[in-house]
Amino acid sequence: MLELAIGIILAGCAIGAGLALIAGIGPGIGEGNAVAKACEAIGRQPESKGAVTSTMIMGCAIAETTGLYGLVVGILLIFVAPGIFTGVLKSTLEAMNYLPK
Amino acid sequence: MSKAKKDKMIDILLLCMIILPFVFCMVLKVLTTPGSEGISITGALVYFEIPMPLMPLQITEVQVTSLAVIISIFSLCLYMTHGIAVVPNSKRQLVAEYVVEKVNHLIHDNMGSKYASFAPFVAAIMGISAFSSFSSLLGLFPPTSDMNIVAGWAILVFVIITHYKLKGGIFPYVKGFFEPVPIFAPFNIIGEIATPVSMSFRHYGNVLSGVVIATLINSALGGLSEMILGWLPGFLGDIPFLRVGIPAVLSVYFDIFSGAMQAFIFAMLTMLYVATGFPEEEYEKRQAKKKKKALSAAQ
Repeated sequence: MLELAIGIILAGCAIGAGLALIAGIGPGIGEGNAVAKACEAIGRQPESKGAVTSTMIMGCAIAETTGLYGLVVGILLIFVAPGIFTGVLKSTLEAMNYLPK
Repeated sequence: MSKAKKDKMIDILLLCMIILPFVFCMVLKVLTTPGSEGISITGALVYFEIPMPLMPLQITEVQVTSLAVIISIFSLCLYMTHGIAVVPNSKRQLVAEYVVEKVNHLIHDNMGSKYASFAPFVAAIMGISAFSSFSSLLGLFPPTSDMNIVAGWAILVFVIITHYKLKGGIFPYVKGFFEPVPIFAPFNIIGEIATPVSMSFRHYGNVLSGVVIATLINSALGGLSEMILGWLPGFLGDIPFLRVGIPAVLSVYFDIFSGAMQAFIFAMLTMLYVATGFPEEEYEKRQAKKKKKALSAAQ
């Protein structure tokens, strides 16, 4: 039974990590919009290319933040959470005398 | 000993001080990393623990590397400014002047000339952040990919922001939370706390994603080269040739571009938050009131 429980934990963590990365959609659309507008601006005023580009990169990097939240959660779910959850499960079962100590 | 010789000696000493901390970190890392097969994405190596009342204080690779970065930047500054003259007579003085001028310009453009004294702080944050991210080029665990370090900086910046907000008096600061209507108070408080959280997560996530992707690509290239070049006789088959050089291409984006970009953004956000959070009107009113009080007390 313990193997099944650990398998469910791992599956849940993997699915959760996958769902967390849906957060990547927002920054993708947002940054695409920003770059499109920057291209338009450069097309209209080629002499202001430097200022537009630096502002765009800065804005893109800030817009990326929400996507990075998803990434951090995903990485935590893959590399950190399974160990913690398995440990909690084992200690709970031990406390309830389901497992030999 | 002649003066020129003495200057040269000091220069060499300072150059050693720039390079040696990193060499020390690399040697320490090579000696202490446990050998392992395949990929392992773990946090920083824990060198030793100091028992503390709440929980043990871990001294990790990250602390050691960031101390090395600090020593290195300090020596770099000493080296750049060693033997400066009114009329520049060396290339490094020109470089140092260029950097200082750029930072001053940045402060002037983004915060106004009132905040000129902020330039060293912003330059320090930018420098330590950029150098920490670049240290992964040497194979070290970059300190910025550990939440603790970046959160420390973010909390420092948060304290400074709050300090500047409180300059207009405590009452306007508290009142600011209940605007535009009192119902917004919880959201405003959450927004206030979100500032350091988002600043640290942004920087940490960017650098960490580079580390994770670099590790995955490294392990994949190791497997690929074993598949393709595994037939080579003897120990030649064990050497992952494909790992040589190819991951460096990714480094250009993830370490150099991303690291420099995040350092710039961290400094930029610091400047913007401080400059926009400062309640100018209230501060001037308060100063005027204080002056009046002092005048009446003098009379």
